[in-house]
Amino acid sequence: MSTNANALPADNYLTGPGFSLKSWLLTKDHKRIGILYMISITLFFMLGALMALLIRIELLTPAGDLVQPDTYNRLFTMHGVVMIFFFLIPSIPATLGNFLVPLMIGAKDLAFPKINLASWYLYNIAGALALFAIFAGGIDTGWTFYTPFSTTYANGWVVLTLVALFINGFSSIFTGLNFIVTIHRMRAPGLTWFRLPLFIWGHYATSLVIMLGTPVIAITLLLVAVERAFHLGIFDPALGGDPVLFQHLFWFYSHPAVYIMILPGMGVISELIAAFSRKRVFGYHFVAFASISIAILGFLVWGHHMFVSGQSTYAGMVFSVLTMLVAIPSAIKVFNWTATLYQGSISRETPMLYALGFIGLFTIGGLTGVMLGTMGIDVHVHDTYFVVAHFHYVMVGGAIMAYLGGLHYWWPKMTGRLYPAFWSRVSAILVFVGFNLTFLPQFLLGYMGMPRRYWTYPEEWQVLNVLSTAGATILGIGYLLPFTYLFWSLKYGEKASDNPWGATGLEWETTSPPPTLNFHEPPVVTTGPYDFSDFDPGAERRPYVAREEEEYDRGQYV
Amino acid sequence: MWPDLPLFPESASSVARDVDLLTLAWLAISAFFITLITLVILFFFMRYRRRRRGETGSTAHVNTLPLELTWSIIPLIIALGMFAWGVKVFFTVSRPPADAVEYWVTGKQWMWKVQHPEGVREINSLHVPVGQPVRLTMTSEDVIHSFYVPAFRVKADVLPGRYTTVWFEPTKPGRYHLFCAEYCGAEHSVMGGWIEVLEPEEYERWLETGQTGPTMLATGEELFSRLACDTCHYQGGDAPASGVAPRAPSLDGLFGTEVALATGGSVLADETYIRESIVNPQAKVVDGWQPIMPTFKGQVTEEQLNTLVAYIKTMRGGEVAAGDDAEPTAAPGDTASGAG
Repeated sequence: MSTNANALPADNYLTGPGFSLKSWLLTKDHKRIGILYMISITLFFMLGALMALLIRIELLTPAGDLVQPDTYNRLFTMHGVVMIFFFLIPSIPATLGNFLVPLMIGAKDLAFPKINLASWYLYNIAGALALFAIFAGGIDTGWTFYTPFSTTYANGWVVLTLVALFINGFSSIFTGLNFIVTIHRMRAPGLTWFRLPLFIWGHYATSLVIMLGTPVIAITLLLVAVERAFHLGIFDPALGGDPVLFQHLFWFYSHPAVYIMILPGMGVISELIAAFSRKRVFGYHFVAFASISIAILGFLVWGHHMFVSGQSTYAGMVFSVLTMLVAIPSAIKVFNWTATLYQGSISRETPMLYALGFIGLFTIGGLTGVMLGTMGIDVHVHDTYFVVAHFHYVMVGGAIMAYLGGLHYWWPKMTGRLYPAFWSRVSAILVFVGFNLTFLPQFLLGYMGMPRRYWTYPEEWQVLNVLSTAGATILGIGYLLPFTYLFWSLKYGEKASDNPWGATGLEWETTSPPPTLNFHEPPVVTTGPYDFSDFDPGAERRPYVAREEEEYDRGQYV
Repeated sequence: MWPDLPLFPESASSVARDVDLLTLAWLAISAFFITLITLVILFFFMRYRRRRRGETGSTAHVNTLPLELTWSIIPLIIALGMFAWGVKVFFTVSRPPADAVEYWVTGKQWMWKVQHPEGVREINSLHVPVGQPVRLTMTSEDVIHSFYVPAFRVKADVLPGRYTTVWFEPTKPGRYHLFCAEYCGAEHSVMGGWIEVLEPEEYERWLETGQTGPTMLATGEELFSRLACDTCHYQGGDAPASGVAPRAPSLDGLFGTEVALATGGSVLADETYIRESIVNPQAKVVDGWQPIMPTFKGQVTEEQLNTLVAYIKTMRGGEVAAGDDAEPTAAPGDTASGAG
């Protein structure tokens, strides 16, 4: 292939406005900021994954023999802090969302480009503080910061970490604010609310949760810092405070935060299922409203984290029944995605494999979530590995599968390059298999009674722990693969066409990678979302589709 | 008898079976839905795989409402049914029967201290007779801990500054893991021990070998007079000999009643309220009395507080309750509500 044929179009956001470091660090282009965010969160993901690896190696044997208990406590605390606050919460919104929200609604940029750049800087300042805290000695409070342990008894850099999370909260708020205003005010002519892609609905719902929830956690963490630094009695009973009050405030944000992490992922899955079935999402309105109801109901269930914390039984009952209600919109989504496949034209591209994997894993995560919301079961499995397995099914099996699926789907749009089809399918399968092998045994361990955050455990649980560590190894390889071939594709990847998958949506109507101002001509929308009725196969005759054609020739599709 | 299930933990309490049944029901429901979704996806994946380049899926508009209602309402009914069942099991698991014997547990970094009503004390182990319902009234000296016995399927957080309860009725003799389930610092994973369930006569023998001091209530009564609590809180409703008006309300029959407060409103006199009134007397002043009581914070250990509270709970008009370990009938079932 000649160099010329492989060159990117002249007007593209990557190299068009210059490629200097300054042009990147001072960019106001939402697409570049999305890429910057992607680099930052990838570094944090690798750090968090390294900690997970050390945790899993320690748990290979019942005895605590790899690290000291103090070190172990720091490892799982920082794993949680890094993965939740510095990877999962910004993952899809700040990267794919930043890149795609304006493209999908036909806008030139987000409403407040400077605030968007400020968001990335705040994230990195917060991240640098957290990194300093980690390498200066870390903290051992658990990512949940339960009082009075965190305020009075814990060692380490608690206040600094809390300040980092406080700052990081503003980066989320900036992103949420930008999305809400952009989606309200900057849609292309003809793009009514019910013509919006479900990715946009997911991000809109997420932004509402971010705007309403994040201030609460920011203030709560600040109160912990104040009590720790100045011994002001808020949460520590020895100072006249109430430790359960902290749990209420903490979960009032941190439960909705689960939806901050999963709603954008659900939006991604709706896009992937539609694109690779070449069919309108079944029950579009129901899926859209399900996102909004999850965002609203998600604020009313925080007490299900506290059934055994000393909360009154009747409060527990209210939270339990609301937990059952919030499960319904999630169930609706799963059923609608499944029904979308009916009479579709289903391809086996990598993003679709990730999407189908997501549905399976998220279903298990969701069902075990309502099990935990059932009071009689929660008494036994609360604070055990059952909970650990459950939230990893939602966060890793759900949110990260969706992030990887979305990354593989929009990578050609973002970079103008294609990645190797074979290796990417291998990665999707490795991640799925490795994930299940890691976390299925943890459900059993939890029901058998293994408490979470244990550095050493009774011998009878070793077999399941070894299985889990073996799975984590496969999972790790599954994550390293995309990192390798995506990086490789930046230089050596085949050039991507504007619409390599034959998908619908405004982002596919511009060039790959898009020009700085997103569209050469302002788009006008005349049809609903995922409308394949006037799909033109001729328009597909581009490099990636050519590969699809070869596969037909080899008989793969017959 | 309920046989132990493969991959399930040993079940050794009266509620273990109820919890396992609820879990099995949820597992069956989950297995059904996961299998259904998986099979349907796999079938569609094979049946509707792309066969021609440029092929699209069906573009026909369908009325989705009947299906949407079906797959909203059926899961909703199942979830609400399981909610109700879960509440029923929770009530069984969380409400001790009236004939439960009360033990006192104090958690601290990183050990469990147990006080038997007979006066025996243990650390990181708890000996109980089989078949006898046991109620643990628990508090913490420092951070939040959680008392967890997987074989009994029970767990309750243990908080500083208040009392919470957990109860169980062991159904078979044996040795069962006790864990701390709420992360509490460096030695969290070794803050545990064993629940030793003994045959009743074995338990009696074990008690005799360990019995060195007075019973818990006798200790509490002794402490009550040593701290001179009874110079203000007259016992038995007697007027003071000198004829002056009493300076503090009588504690006779206090436990389990509603107490009117000087600030308006009222509070249930449970263990947490009694404890708070000893260490922080100004927090809730009884209506009609002067806030003159000094704090006893720092003068009594957490375990001594337990004996005092245990003793005050049993005080009734003039009777000396020490040695009488019968539970008051008006015991508040849900002490978890706390003072906060």
